[in-house]
Amino acid sequence: MIKTIQKSTWIYIAVAFMLVLLPFFKDERWFLFLMIQVFTFGIFAMSYDLLLGYTGIVSFGHAMFFGLGAYSIGITLNFLESTFMNLFLGILLALVLGGIVAFFAGILTLRLKSHYYAMLTLALASLFLVLAEKWRSVTRGSDGFTFRIPELPGPLQDHRNLVVYMFCLVSMVLIFFGLRRLTESPLGKILVAIRENEGRVESLGFRIMPYKVIISVVSGVVASFAGVLYAISIRFVGTNVFGIDVTLDALLMTIIGGVGTLVGPIIGAGIIEFAHHYLSDLSDVHWIFERWIILFGIVYILAVIFFPAGIVGTLWHKLAKRKHKKQEMKQKTSDKLAS
Amino acid sequence: MESIIETKDLTISFGGHIAVNQVSVSIPRNLFTSVIGPNGAGKTTFFNLLSGQLNPTVGKVFFKGENITKKSTVERTRLGIGRSFQITNVFPNITVLENVRLAIQSREKVRFQMIRHFTYYKKFTEEALNILNTVLLSKRANALAANLSHGEKRKLEIAMLLALDPELLLLDEPTAGMSLEEVPAILEVIENIKKEGNRTIILIEHKMDMVLGLSDQIIVLYNGELLAQGNPEEIMDNETVQTAYIGGESK
Ligand SMILES: Nc1ncnc2c1ncn2[C@@H]1O[C@H](COP(=O)(O)OP(=O)(O)OP(=O)(O)O)[C@@H](O)[C@H]1O
Ligand SMILES: [Mg+2]
Repeated sequence: MIKTIQKSTWIYIAVAFMLVLLPFFKDERWFLFLMIQVFTFGIFAMSYDLLLGYTGIVSFGHAMFFGLGAYSIGITLNFLESTFMNLFLGILLALVLGGIVAFFAGILTLRLKSHYYAMLTLALASLFLVLAEKWRSVTRGSDGFTFRIPELPGPLQDHRNLVVYMFCLVSMVLIFFGLRRLTESPLGKILVAIRENEGRVESLGFRIMPYKVIISVVSGVVASFAGVLYAISIRFVGTNVFGIDVTLDALLMTIIGGVGTLVGPIIGAGIIEFAHHYLSDLSDVHWIFERWIILFGIVYILAVIFFPAGIVGTLWHKLAKRKHKKQEMKQKTSDKLAS
Repeated sequence: MESIIETKDLTISFGGHIAVNQVSVSIPRNLFTSVIGPNGAGKTTFFNLLSGQLNPTVGKVFFKGENITKKSTVERTRLGIGRSFQITNVFPNITVLENVRLAIQSREKVRFQMIRHFTYYKKFTEEALNILNTVLLSKRANALAANLSHGEKRKLEIAMLLALDPELLLLDEPTAGMSLEEVPAILEVIENIKKEGNRTIILIEHKMDMVLGLSDQIIVLYNGELLAQGNPEEIMDNETVQTAYIGGESK
């Protein structure tokens, strides 16, 4: 058991290292930018997976945490001086706000039937969207606003995109390992049990609510941080961060990559972001390629039909089956030897 | 004789149907009690009222003298009431071992540990494997619970209950659906708990030979009502039981 964990950890570290080297081979602006999107949405999709894949909670308004993060950092750096101190302050504000909203959304609805959480989060996200549109003095309404990020010292300023790339990559890797530990902790095991059979968890003597609220808060904080990274990477905040397609993207990335796998959502984010990019290029060929939401629907349906476990989930099943067969073979040969 | 759990006029109705009707019983501590009665008599519903899955329409439940009628399932489990389910109730998409490990984790009160890796608690895994061994399920430890046969799922139910190690064990037809060769091992597990003498067991069972062999006391439910209560001889000689409940070996 321990051995396999170490093996996978080495693989993840190797991949992370390759991603560190990648921009030194391919440093076009659009490519760096796309990779940054993959990292930020990878983080965002992981936070979604904590709810959907691990605990079995459906959220239709996950964008609100993303948006909260984006606006927190944008507003802070816009209204205060653009210094590292304030950058840090903005991030802190984002995390705290994300946590508080997730906490209240959690205790208000998670004791009810599961669809209440989906509905409340959807309603809350719409509320934040309206707030962002109407509170013009702070948010500039639907026009949104650009903001400056602090100047980097010396020569680093010339490689600003690279620095943002590394910052997002390191964040994603650290968050991945942190969340993986969380899901493999005793508490993480209880989350999965809640997903599997709530009633049984209670009759084992665990209360359900605290776990749902805890994971809702963790997920909200991580999603908010993803929003921060997103805003920093484009140095602009607009109301689209509260949009339903942000939530749907997270949902699709998680499902395509594999629910309940954590690494799946990152892969899903890669696939969706690159598909998004290349398909938009094809919009000259046919208008349908511009209608992302239509493609989204088609991909979604195909994924659910043919890949219900997602890419990573399907791979794991295959691997597990192979292992199982090997073990059976061993068993058979040893049985033969014994007789 | 000191009682561990006691009911007073325990009643529950679903719509108009009264499934358990004014049942007042007292279960002596550290003894073996069986609950018998024909299909639909209200036995499982009675368990649900004891373990907190259902709340009574009328009546009270006392555990070690304390009124627990208003207490939730979680609280009752923590007080020491554990049960197995007639309709298998496990975590399907995780391994058999993990199912049992979770019960041990609960018993050991490891509830909010989110920093350590679960393998840090090696003893839990070892104990879970031991328990699986006693119910003859260790070969399937790494299978998903969903992939178990019906009989194997019954064993897993028992393993999870053993892992919880409660003071009061409620067993709802633990051997139903098992093949004949498998029953003796489970019977032995139950007998061993009984022999240790520091646990109270309440068993719902249709197999009369098993009931007569194990029980210190038998409770007969019929149409939701308490028909009789007494030691095996008294119950066998009881004429009301004879006439009303001939369904003993109907299953
Ligand atoms: N949740 C419920 N809602 C409505 N009716 C119920 C419910 N639970 C049980 N009943 C009814 O209550 C009666 C008693 O059911 P119960 O399951 O307790 O019987 P039982 O004695 O355990 O039977 P068996 O030997 O078949 O397991 C049945 O008529 C059943 O249909
Ligand atoms: Mg029953």
